[in-house]
Amino acid sequence: MLDLFKQLMDFLHYNILGMVIYAIIKIVVIMVPLILGVAYMTYAERKVIGYMQIRIGPNRVGFFGLLQPFADVLKLLLKEIIAPSAASKALFFIAPILVLMPALAAWAVMPFFPGVVLADVNVGLLYVMAITSLGVYGIIIAGWASNSKYAFLGAMRAAAQVVSYELAMGFALIGVMMVSGSLNISEIVMQQGRGIAGGSVLSWNWLPLLPLFVVYFIAGLAETNRAPFDVTEGESEIVAGHMIEYSGMSFALFFLAEYMNMILISAMSSVMFLGGWLSPFPASIPFLGAPSFIWWFLKVAFMLFFFLWARATFPRYRYDQLMRLGWKVFIPVTLVWIVLIGAWMQTSFSLWK
Amino acid sequence: MTTVVLFYLFAVVLLGAGLATITAKNPVHAALFLMLAFFSGACLWMLMKAEFLAVALVLIYVGAVMVLFLFVVMMLDVNFEELRKGFWKHVPLAVTVAIIMAVEMGLILHSRAAEVVVGGLPEQAAGYNNAKALGYLIYTQYFLPFQLSAALLLVGMIAAIALTIRKRKNTKYINPAVQIATKREDRVRIVKMAAEARPTVGEVVEEQPKA
Repeated sequence: MLDLFKQLMDFLHYNILGMVIYAIIKIVVIMVPLILGVAYMTYAERKVIGYMQIRIGPNRVGFFGLLQPFADVLKLLLKEIIAPSAASKALFFIAPILVLMPALAAWAVMPFFPGVVLADVNVGLLYVMAITSLGVYGIIIAGWASNSKYAFLGAMRAAAQVVSYELAMGFALIGVMMVSGSLNISEIVMQQGRGIAGGSVLSWNWLPLLPLFVVYFIAGLAETNRAPFDVTEGESEIVAGHMIEYSGMSFALFFLAEYMNMILISAMSSVMFLGGWLSPFPASIPFLGAPSFIWWFLKVAFMLFFFLWARATFPRYRYDQLMRLGWKVFIPVTLVWIVLIGAWMQTSFSLWK
Repeated sequence: MTTVVLFYLFAVVLLGAGLATITAKNPVHAALFLMLAFFSGACLWMLMKAEFLAVALVLIYVGAVMVLFLFVVMMLDVNFEELRKGFWKHVPLAVTVAIIMAVEMGLILHSRAAEVVVGGLPEQAAGYNNAKALGYLIYTQYFLPFQLSAALLLVGMIAAIALTIRKRKNTKYINPAVQIATKREDRVRIVKMAAEARPTVGEVVEEQPKA
């Protein structure tokens, strides 16, 4: 039995076919919980916003409405997929896939626990930035291929918005890179457990890099086209932006990608700024003090709640104010803080030695 | 073995995408093929273990430059018939340029300077960090050229903004900073007045004439 197991392990680690199979198994192990997470994120969104508006939210399908996401998926799967006759057909159907693909691919370098990561690459942080920047293509292509004015306006808005906020986001991450001295995401989490504050909550990046954390998260809201930055969809202005001509499952793919990106941004901010799997309690406490995946999960859930909270609270930004916020507020804030951190690291008061 | 197969796969995609970029009739399709070409190029670099360069190529060219390119190309109203009219007129010039370029490339590839001493990549030690090595060189040995190129790009950016900036006179633009700074007192005036006696709802209903 043990011999068979060893043979299987050898096959998975050293045979090319075995390596491919092993990688696919790992991808499925990451993807299935992620897609379930997306399903329950839609449920959580409706429930949370419901309670914030003193409603109950979905409560008909299953116990407490817990089967609601599956009912929604089933409905969307059974709907007819329609393409406008004037649309550029091939691009019209490639677009939703192009939106979803980067949202999934970025998870390749996301560490869940030391060593538990699909690809532990040295330039992990840059990889996430590069892959997430590809997501906007799907939106632009969807807008153009639909051959509709509303969709096109949505695509134009998305292109300008995402490119603008990517800069602020990149600058916020530069601060993280500076204090960690690494682009490897696992390494960045480990680094937060060290330093003068000795691995407690205070040594995590969120405190010394607080402005960057705030900018990163708000830019993340804009990057995922979530309220209050959802001018791309802008129901009251351009009906649904780039998604207006889509129906059925091709429409659902846009939402799948949007929620997956939300989870990704939350996971990134928890890993970059909130110490990932590190525990907020001192290590002397038996179970609570140990770093574990539970902390990672709780931090991501905490950040995701902010997404819902922001949507229930803020009115939509006007387009020019949104641009002003990105270029004239966030980029200067991050630039100043990067210079400040750089100077701080050179003094004897540096926290990161 | 796997690397070789992947190399030829990416190389074929790269060449095909490059060819499609110049032959595609629709400029949007051409831009998308160019994006595919960049991406395949990045994959080739990744095969050579130049992961920093590969990711930077995707981040900068595919993620930012091509988005803006597509942005512009989509808004062009191109008349394809009009474009194709001058094709044969420009062919001799285009062919001449192409031949010169091909000859130049051939000369470079066959010159002694381009000769690679060892066919194959040097094996790097475990834990070798591409990005770190590059950063170390840029900030020590090549510090001045790096800063100069940064300054050049900054000047270029300012020049581009200065050239395209124009103020329209008839625009109803209001500075958002001023709008955000408004206080309640600027917009609403609360007037105190004594409450007036009004007929209640019930009384009004009774006074209405019956039809």
